[in-house]
Amino acid sequence: MSDVISLKEAAQHHHPAHEADEAAARYAVLGQRNRKVDGLKKVTGEAVYADDIQLPRMLHAKIIRCPHAHAKILDIDASEALAMPGVVGFITGQDMPVKYGIIPWTQDEYPLAPDKGRYIGDGIACIAAVDERTAVEAAMRVRVLYEPLPAILSFEDAIARPDVVVNEIAKRGNVGKRVDLAFGDVEGELAGSDVVVEGEFYFENTTHTPIEPHCAVAHFDKGGRLTVWSATQVPHYLHRELARVLELEEAQIRVIQPNLGGAFGGKSEPFDLEFCVAKLAMVTGRPVKILYTREEVFYSHRGRHPMKMRFKTGVDKEGRIQAVRSQIAIDGGAYFSFGLVTSYYAGQLLTAPYRFPTYAFQATRVFTNKPACGPKRGHGSVQPRFAFEVQLDEIAEQVGLDPIEIRRRNFIGDFTETVNGQRITSNGFLQCLDRVEAASGWKAKRGKLPRGRGVGIAGSMYISGTNYPIYPNEMPQAGVQVKIDRSGLVTVFCGASDIGQGSDSMMAYILAEELGCRVEDVQVVSSDTDLCPVDLGAYSSRVTFMVGNACIDAGRKLKALIREAVAASWECAPEEIVAGGGVYAHALDTSRRMTSREAFRLAEARHATLGATGSYNTPKLGGDYRGGTIGASPAYSFTAHVAEVSVDEETGIITVDTIWVAHDCGKALNPMIVEGQMEGSAYMGFAEAIMEAQVYDERGLHRCPSLLDYKIPTAADTPALESLIVESNDPEGPYGAKEAGEGPLHPSIPAIANAVYDAVGIRLRELPFTPARVLAALAARE
Amino acid sequence: MQVKKTGCRLEVNGEVAECLVSPMTTLCEALRYELRLTGTKQGCDKGDCGACTVLIDGAPHLACLTLALTAQGRSIQTVEGLARGAEAHPLQDAFDRFGAAQCGFCTPGILMSAAALLEANPAPTRAEIQEALGGNLCRCTGYTKILDAIEDAARALDRRREAAAAALS
Repeated sequence: MSDVISLKEAAQHHHPAHEADEAAARYAVLGQRNRKVDGLKKVTGEAVYADDIQLPRMLHAKIIRCPHAHAKILDIDASEALAMPGVVGFITGQDMPVKYGIIPWTQDEYPLAPDKGRYIGDGIACIAAVDERTAVEAAMRVRVLYEPLPAILSFEDAIARPDVVVNEIAKRGNVGKRVDLAFGDVEGELAGSDVVVEGEFYFENTTHTPIEPHCAVAHFDKGGRLTVWSATQVPHYLHRELARVLELEEAQIRVIQPNLGGAFGGKSEPFDLEFCVAKLAMVTGRPVKILYTREEVFYSHRGRHPMKMRFKTGVDKEGRIQAVRSQIAIDGGAYFSFGLVTSYYAGQLLTAPYRFPTYAFQATRVFTNKPACGPKRGHGSVQPRFAFEVQLDEIAEQVGLDPIEIRRRNFIGDFTETVNGQRITSNGFLQCLDRVEAASGWKAKRGKLPRGRGVGIAGSMYISGTNYPIYPNEMPQAGVQVKIDRSGLVTVFCGASDIGQGSDSMMAYILAEELGCRVEDVQVVSSDTDLCPVDLGAYSSRVTFMVGNACIDAGRKLKALIREAVAASWECAPEEIVAGGGVYAHALDTSRRMTSREAFRLAEARHATLGATGSYNTPKLGGDYRGGTIGASPAYSFTAHVAEVSVDEETGIITVDTIWVAHDCGKALNPMIVEGQMEGSAYMGFAEAIMEAQVYDERGLHRCPSLLDYKIPTAADTPALESLIVESNDPEGPYGAKEAGEGPLHPSIPAIANAVYDAVGIRLRELPFTPARVLAALAARE
Repeated sequence: MQVKKTGCRLEVNGEVAECLVSPMTTLCEALRYELRLTGTKQGCDKGDCGACTVLIDGAPHLACLTLALTAQGRSIQTVEGLARGAEAHPLQDAFDRFGAAQCGFCTPGILMSAAALLEANPAPTRAEIQEALGGNLCRCTGYTKILDAIEDAARALDRRREAAAAALS
């Protein structure tokens, strides 16, 4: 306890979460560049990931995958494979005849397809052997007789061939979901606008490529309980779906997520391997592991939906938006995945940071015979954001406004509501614009750099979790349980998934702050369904906001007990007790002090065994119309980027030199971790802009299922990334915090496109911005 | 098919370890599954991602493209051997302080590439660091914090050398 004054202040001000934080110095832990609680384990190789788990007598299994884009399964003959020494178990779709799916209304998948394969790579059967090589060899000897069916490989085919049904869940032909929403008189406002710009855009299919391939291990013990260790970012949903498909009680199943080697949305629903290891463990009585090959990671996909987008925007003479209309064609691949949500997000998440007086969008998601698309960082909204921010740049030019000025002019404001009924609370978007404008030297550069160099701007918004749990229920979205005892240790149990974003550290920081102990006095036990209260998982940028609030809830309950016990011992009022950094002290007489461990002992003596739960649920939010709750969030983050690029007009190569990233995260609980999220996001957007494309040949075969052929940036490719944190202190966020993990991806892509226009005068509307596309656009400009 | 296994004698982090491998067992597999040194990660098993990078006789190698039997008689260093006893290597400490490990899966490979770089070039430029990490993919960080951490570790190692030299003189 080095700072007595800050403790006195703390005594007079119990800083409830809704109060703006004026003095970061007040916090003992938060706002500082603390190390992560698992950092040293990760840099020493000690951290255990799913594939690091080896159990006695463990079998290895391989999934036999469909080699046709669309084919009926006529017969499966595993006799030769089963005759091989070392082959122990074999299952097909007939062994798990229950459908699952992450969204309760669109459950359209079997762990192994029992009737037909719907894409090249669809799981058909699974074989287990004593080691991986034997399993691979055996899998090649399983004979599957297929009857190939016509394959649907594009959005246009899907519409044109309703007779070829990819997925029977589609109500009509191959259209899985259609969303058609309008707010206000869009056509009338477009007709009355002074300037109307219309354009078409294409966002390519891209995928997550976490460096850790999916892996799962299962053990069915002699007591009849199933344990599944999996590289998942949603242990809770996996738990539910395992029970459903395996027809077990949820209480019979334990799901543990070990350290996770990256996810980005790519591990946010159950996959075939988790069901297969579980079923094979039940069938064989031995532990079973499946580790995907990198090729299988590409087939499993669930990445960014390719979207063809038509946007029309009308503004008045001053550049104020009057109306926006979009029509979006979404190629979803073979299964629904999160596609129902994607179809809404494609429209719902565009209505800030700019005010849309009127707005209409139509989105149509179809099934095709390709790996299913799903949620990738910035789910559903990265694609329309690209289109709209480029269109806004075109409008700025037509009305003669600086591109930053048009964005300021259309700012929606804070504590307001969007045209589609989403509640906006804190909003630091203007500060984001100011920060990137100043840091990038915008005024000296825009339109003034030598030919071939340019700067571009773009903005965006994103959710901090959503108010609607994936399956409707009245239970908390996030729960924690906190135990403290005479040892001085605080243990927090929480279902939240640390996927590298630092949620375990976030919990430790908050509980250390609340309980006045040191960060190293907090142990985090997370993502184990036997031990931890439910948290819904690491998706939709919900964890800091929701789990953080749950930690505050539990921490304050315990803190009250501890202060009361210390106050009783000192014969003073509990309000006079302050704590921080492992010391409890009297606010007005800091010579009276004790360690947090001593304080915990007093509390345990006075109140008996100590524990508290904390939980969080969102308020009721969202528009009063079908789909109005999708995209409704307790708080939105806001971002602005400026990109500076060089374009080589001879080769068509774009070099992104620097991206300045300003992000309103509400409050940076640890600026180092927030910057890491901002930089990782900006990098991932840059990668999609410049090089990433998951494409298929005319048979539906993935053309680049390796990290050599599917290009992702190396350290040498990645631009300088400059993080500029903006803190708007959200009234409902934990200490004011909002999300930082997905929002800062969005503006990278349009900022680069807009910078290319500034550099060489071409509008790039199709991703990725390859040299061929640049050269074609340059030729068309001439 | 289950293939007949042969004995394999590997010197890893200064200790000799023996295990049974098949002729096609990679060094990555032998380290991870036979010697249980799971700090070395397998991200692609094709030599594309660099997560399995280890040092063989001081130079970075992809353990997934190295057959275990061919690594016999050579000195192998993995991430588990980077720390000096209980003291973290300056690279490990810097990665931890800078938040350069997010999910941590690429981290062991990057640390080994960086250790080899700093051994050969104690004061690399940022471009030289980027070049040295060309074979290591990271998907979380955007590399910024990794580059910052390696620059910081280079300075820390330099201070350590100066202190050692001062102690000698």
